[in-house]
Amino acid sequence: MTTQEVRLCGLLLQEHFGNVVEKVGTHLIRSGVLTLRALAHETKLPLDLVKKSLCVLVQHGMCTFGAGRRGPAGPVEYRINCEHVFHMLRYPRYIYTAKSLYGDTGELIVEEILQRGHMTMSSTVKTVADRLTHNMPEGQSMDYSEVVSVFSQLVETHFLQRCPPLASAGSSSSGAVDTPLPVATQPTEPESHPDCYKLPYINLTGQGKRRRSSEDGEADQCAAKKARTDNSECGDDDGIYWQVNFQRFHLHFRDQAIISAVSCKLDQSSSEIVRTMLRMSEVTTPAHAAFTQALSANEIFRALLSRSPDARPILDQYLSLLVDDPMEFVGKTGDSGGGMYVVNLHRALANLARATLESVVQERFGSRSARIFRLLLRKRHLEQKQVEDFAMIPAKEAKDMLYKLLSENLVQLQEIPKTPDYAPSRTFYLYTVNQLPTARLLLQHCYKTVGNLIERRLYETKENKRLLEKSQRIEAILASLQATGAEAAQLTEVEEMITVPERQQLESLRHHINKLDSSENQVDETIFLLKSYINSTQASR
Amino acid sequence: MAGNRGRGRSQFTFNVDTLRFGRGDSLPTSAHTPSPLFPPMQFRPVPLHTGEEVDYMLALKQELRASSKNLPFHIKAARTKTDVARYSDKYQNGEPKYNCIEWSPDWSRMPKELCIKVQKTRKTGAKPQLTQKPKVAARKEEVLQKLETLEKREQEQHSEEEEDEEKKKQNEEEEEEPDEDYDEEELEDETDYIISYFDNGEDFGADSDDNMDEAVC
Repeated sequence: MTTQEVRLCGLLLQEHFGNVVEKVGTHLIRSGVLTLRALAHETKLPLDLVKKSLCVLVQHGMCTFGAGRRGPAGPVEYRINCEHVFHMLRYPRYIYTAKSLYGDTGELIVEEILQRGHMTMSSTVKTVADRLTHNMPEGQSMDYSEVVSVFSQLVETHFLQRCPPLASAGSSSSGAVDTPLPVATQPTEPESHPDCYKLPYINLTGQGKRRRSSEDGEADQCAAKKARTDNSECGDDDGIYWQVNFQRFHLHFRDQAIISAVSCKLDQSSSEIVRTMLRMSEVTTPAHAAFTQALSANEIFRALLSRSPDARPILDQYLSLLVDDPMEFVGKTGDSGGGMYVVNLHRALANLARATLESVVQERFGSRSARIFRLLLRKRHLEQKQVEDFAMIPAKEAKDMLYKLLSENLVQLQEIPKTPDYAPSRTFYLYTVNQLPTARLLLQHCYKTVGNLIERRLYETKENKRLLEKSQRIEAILASLQATGAEAAQLTEVEEMITVPERQQLESLRHHINKLDSSENQVDETIFLLKSYINSTQASR
Repeated sequence: MAGNRGRGRSQFTFNVDTLRFGRGDSLPTSAHTPSPLFPPMQFRPVPLHTGEEVDYMLALKQELRASSKNLPFHIKAARTKTDVARYSDKYQNGEPKYNCIEWSPDWSRMPKELCIKVQKTRKTGAKPQLTQKPKVAARKEEVLQKLETLEKREQEQHSEEEEDEEKKKQNEEEEEEPDEDYDEEELEDETDYIISYFDNGEDFGADSDDNMDEAVC
């Protein structure tokens, strides 16, 4: 775990779960694997607080536990799954995707499960129905069956999955793991459970409850919490917990990135074709595959939504265009059935990562440096003179730019000696760019960036804490006055308690915070792309 | 090769041509300080994405952040005792207890050693700790007992009806509570005010101005 990753994990844990969990989590990340007693001793926190923090982390799937080095008789050891912590940065994107695919109901289901780690189906359905009913006009309420149907759709398309059973629990595991006990290093894969995507048979009928509008916010919360924590009532699906399948969401994002890249590079119709191909091979392609399943042109034609008989030759033309494109999104693997085509997933990811690197260099160092960078990516190894000639940049400037890129570690120097003593006058010095290490470097920069953004946001909030509290109090007063029906004069009097310069300050603070938040979301997109590329290279080895 | 050292002082060991600077040029000065914390940028950064999608995700992010502070997963450490006992301490929220957990996880999915007792009674908005008033403590206990009996009843009967009932009861209790607090506050304030007004009989004539201000406020 690099420094930047640990720092970012700490900031994310602090934001969502508070200082205590952050302290426990950061210490556990740094130490690797620890037992409960060791953790409590080293962090110098009371044992109960450490227990509570670990409960929170296990609930959210960020911490795994298992038999330790001393075997099953020894104390349980815990370790943190850092990737899971980074997913917290991407929660808004998951929720938005669910909304775009399955509407408001899907959005709320995914939001509830993300916030609570894992939930049973019945409790999710009830909570979501209540929330939807709350937003509906008076007299209407959300039926449980609608929520259940959206839930089942999410499970069918693998966006939600069952939590894997604990093999150490022993009793229930129908898809028992082969090893008798899970070692702390190997968590059971949820997909290895055969019932991973099977919905339980429960009888859920009813409608969402509308909360009384006369209750104030706290009672609302308490009642809602009571409803949620009332899992003590025996549902038919006790013990079957559902969690969000992050891998499926990531595959979806990857597909989206490929489709948008095709539409940018070529045109809308080609992106439609690629979208159709990806959709058709969604279920048959395993997660880490380099190519999708081979699809024949006839199948693609049948699956295309807008088709007329004379569009067939046009489809063939588009397919050949896609195959000939230097980005190599689509490849041809055979001639049967009008031509067998695959989408080159790993190559597409590599190209997207390369485009990201090039754009970073362009924005930071200018378009000429970007030209040198692209040149080195294509031609692999070049001497300084060759760089100047190929890039058509005057010698002095090319030298400057190369050295600048070298100092930033984006370009590496390779020495090729002519004589065994590496004499500088008799050695070739070649400049080169290695895509994978550069991508890793950029990923670390991204983590550092997000950490900086979060810290800056915390700083801004802290600086203006007094002002924010005052504005919150005034809003609360206004709300209560409005609820009790005050006249306009009273309302304006209360509003004027915030002076104009204070209002401006508040406005600029909100603007800054919005900007910082938005930047975090955008950097996270880059993080996703680079991480997918790095994972794809590791998988293919 | 060894013999050449020291003779040509301005000789470099590498081929100067490849590096493209002549003998006369000075080498760039070496940096004596670490690079600045905010290095000046050569080019302005590209503006952020805008659009409906971006705005929606921004709103989602801020909402998630705000709501996660209210969930029971957000664990607050105890506030360190400051040196001076402040007046406002009486009205701060109650400290969360360490040895109980505010939500009920599925203990079968967690190692046994993490098991902590679940805090059953969840008060709506922690009561302020008024340690001087014993009758408030007694009332607290009554309320706690009431809630516990309610809980027991709830587990026997149908949950939904009980939730409604309980919500109403909590509402009533909550409405009672702010009234009580208000009364007590008023009483206390009035008491303090009166004490200060009549307390310093000697200063009554001397510091007439100050007392006048107090009487007015």
